[in-house]
Amino acid sequence: MDQVIELLSFSPPGWGGNLLRGLVHSIQIALGAYGLGLLIGLCGAYGKLYGGPVTRDLLAVYTTVVRAVPELILILILYYLGTDLINRASEALGYGTVEISGVAAGIGVLGVVQGAYSTEILRGAIKAIPIGQIESARAFGMSPFLMLRRVTIPAMMAFAIPGLANLWLIATKDTALLAVVGFSELTLETRQAAVSTRAYFTFFLAAGALYLMVTLLSGQVFARIEVWARRGQPNLRKTGI
Amino acid sequence: MSGMRAWLLPHRVVMIALIAAFVLWCAWSLNWGWIPKYQDLALQGIWRTLWILAVTSVLGFMLAIPLGLAQAIGPWYLAMPARVFCTVIRGTPLLLQLWLLYYGLGSLFPQFPWIKDSSLWPYLRQAWPYAVLALTLSYAGYEGEVMRGAFANVPRNQLETADAFGMTRFTKFRRIWFPQAIQSALPTLGGETILQLKATPLVATITIVDIYAVSSRVRQDTFIVYEPLLLLAVVYLVIAGILALGFRWLESRVPVKGY
Amino acid sequence: MTLKSILAAGVAAIALTTGAAMAEPIKIGIAAEPYPPFMSPDASGNWVGWEIEIIDAICKASELECVITPTAWDGIIPSLTGKQIDAIVASMSITEDRMQTIDFSDKYYNTPTVVIADKSSDIAATPEGLAGKIIGVQASTVHQAYAQQYFTGAAEIRVYQTQDEANQDLAAGRIDAIQADSIAMADFIANDAGACCEIKGAVADDPAILGLGVGVGVRKGEDELREKFNAGIEAIREDGTYDAITSKYFATDIYGG
Repeated sequence: MDQVIELLSFSPPGWGGNLLRGLVHSIQIALGAYGLGLLIGLCGAYGKLYGGPVTRDLLAVYTTVVRAVPELILILILYYLGTDLINRASEALGYGTVEISGVAAGIGVLGVVQGAYSTEILRGAIKAIPIGQIESARAFGMSPFLMLRRVTIPAMMAFAIPGLANLWLIATKDTALLAVVGFSELTLETRQAAVSTRAYFTFFLAAGALYLMVTLLSGQVFARIEVWARRGQPNLRKTGI
Repeated sequence: MSGMRAWLLPHRVVMIALIAAFVLWCAWSLNWGWIPKYQDLALQGIWRTLWILAVTSVLGFMLAIPLGLAQAIGPWYLAMPARVFCTVIRGTPLLLQLWLLYYGLGSLFPQFPWIKDSSLWPYLRQAWPYAVLALTLSYAGYEGEVMRGAFANVPRNQLETADAFGMTRFTKFRRIWFPQAIQSALPTLGGETILQLKATPLVATITIVDIYAVSSRVRQDTFIVYEPLLLLAVVYLVIAGILALGFRWLESRVPVKGY
Repeated sequence: MTLKSILAAGVAAIALTTGAAMAEPIKIGIAAEPYPPFMSPDASGNWVGWEIEIIDAICKASELECVITPTAWDGIIPSLTGKQIDAIVASMSITEDRMQTIDFSDKYYNTPTVVIADKSSDIAATPEGLAGKIIGVQASTVHQAYAQQYFTGAAEIRVYQTQDEANQDLAAGRIDAIQADSIAMADFIANDAGACCEIKGAVADDPAILGLGVGVGVRKGEDELREKFNAGIEAIREDGTYDAITSKYFATDIYGG
């Protein structure tokens, strides 16, 4: 037991500090990817609902491909393709090669993957808004952006929260896949610590505990957000249903 | 517009033509010379991916049924462990679970020399038992949650009617509860099986040569970057498509009012 | 706005948000896996080891500003050709196959390839000595190529993404032998984890597959950078820095003939 505590301590020669650094990277990438995914998802959902036939078909191809191909392969393709394109574009414009940090690449790649899932979630949530609310907003002469801000987003939140909570958990767990590509995040740090100290069980269980903590905390946060999003709506329990 | 006529709309025809042209251009100008050399390995890899998917999905589903039942109607000493199991599995990455099982257990072997003499040793030496175990537990953890909801949502009046008919508990389960729960869970199960397909590439990290490992090998031997990955993506798309069609056929076997 | 100016704005935005745009420092790609004693991460997350010190010395001698950039081993050459890194310093052997895609500097060390196995086994570093056994090698290395060339019919070959995974499985008994670099293996068996095993012998040399020593990898055409590395290697060999660093880690010179 003493040895375990010594291995996990925060300052060298304990590896706890490394693990926590990895956790911070993982959370950074997950937050960035989740945010980017939400943005892409909002545009995608609008495109699928209100766009022309070509837009809708292209978005359908995007969501189908991303949801059918394993994330690991998407990460590899997007990483090499993305950095290649960016470098070629910047060279064509005379800027030389652009340095893209691991965190930025991870966010970009996972964000595109998350975007496909959140497109479907947000589309379903927007469709669930009672049509009368949208019609009233239009009757009031609200601009599309005002309607988005005042009517659509608040109304769809309640429907979207369960799916979005799930999507956040997927984001945090997908950051582990970046270990296979060599980005420094919690799973890779765990493996390196385990290999250097030969204490495999200790470090893998510690990493599992860290991920579980993030999951449980996120669950609490999303439960609060759901309560806030459902404010003003009738409570199903009290009406005896 | 439904069915085949939907595909003949002008913009769809143009898009299909463009995609076909793109595929032909890829087939002609990209570097596919490596395929003949690696095709045996690739077919073996596809076979491994498919059997791991099938075995772990079936075993995981069989494990998910008691997990779901325990949480839906079980006493607290069964429901609690089931709940903890599902929470832990769903709260940690599959890659971590896989590495914990393979390398974590592997690190124990030198400390217990008698394991090498036991009859299990030939299986403990190979990688596929660990992959099957990790993927099965993972599938069971997610499906346990789905089945919990499915079992809880079968209408109460159906179960009361079964009781009124004097069915034993096992008959009630077998003929009323279970089939209805499965039917309502089928769409989600289909989606989760496709997610399981997407989880299979992770077994390549513990030396199982599935189709992703074959593609990695091609990339490492030939230094070609994109073509193996593109072909790999197409393979997974095809398998996912077949799975989706299969589940849709299963769902259509029981007609649902209004659809 | 023209397309060109939109693209320029986009690239500038990306460059600003991700930091440096001009790649003045040379990004040295190292394999993001522990490979003691050549390179391994310590508890503070810094990379230490013989190879790290050598490349620091070479960069100082040729007045290059070098930044250590961990990269996944199996994507390290595409990372180089895709310009995410500018050089590879990852104990990468100079082979004909690799020279078709990238260039190498002069070698900075050359050590034999050995097979290690459990002390009690009678394995030898030949196809006959490995008959019916399971041998582990790291993916995308000269060892994998050699094993697949010479040991395929005789032994079952298991390919691992990183060397330490192969070491782990040998210690666990899942595989019977490993073929890898002699120094890395000597370091492994000197530790508790490798206490089970010993070096069974060197494999028959085949320079076409095993290469001509370890060099710094650069992109094809980057002759100026390559010459700077060559000059740096020569400088540290001559002024004794190489020997000073080597004596900290090893008892003998590993430059090789």
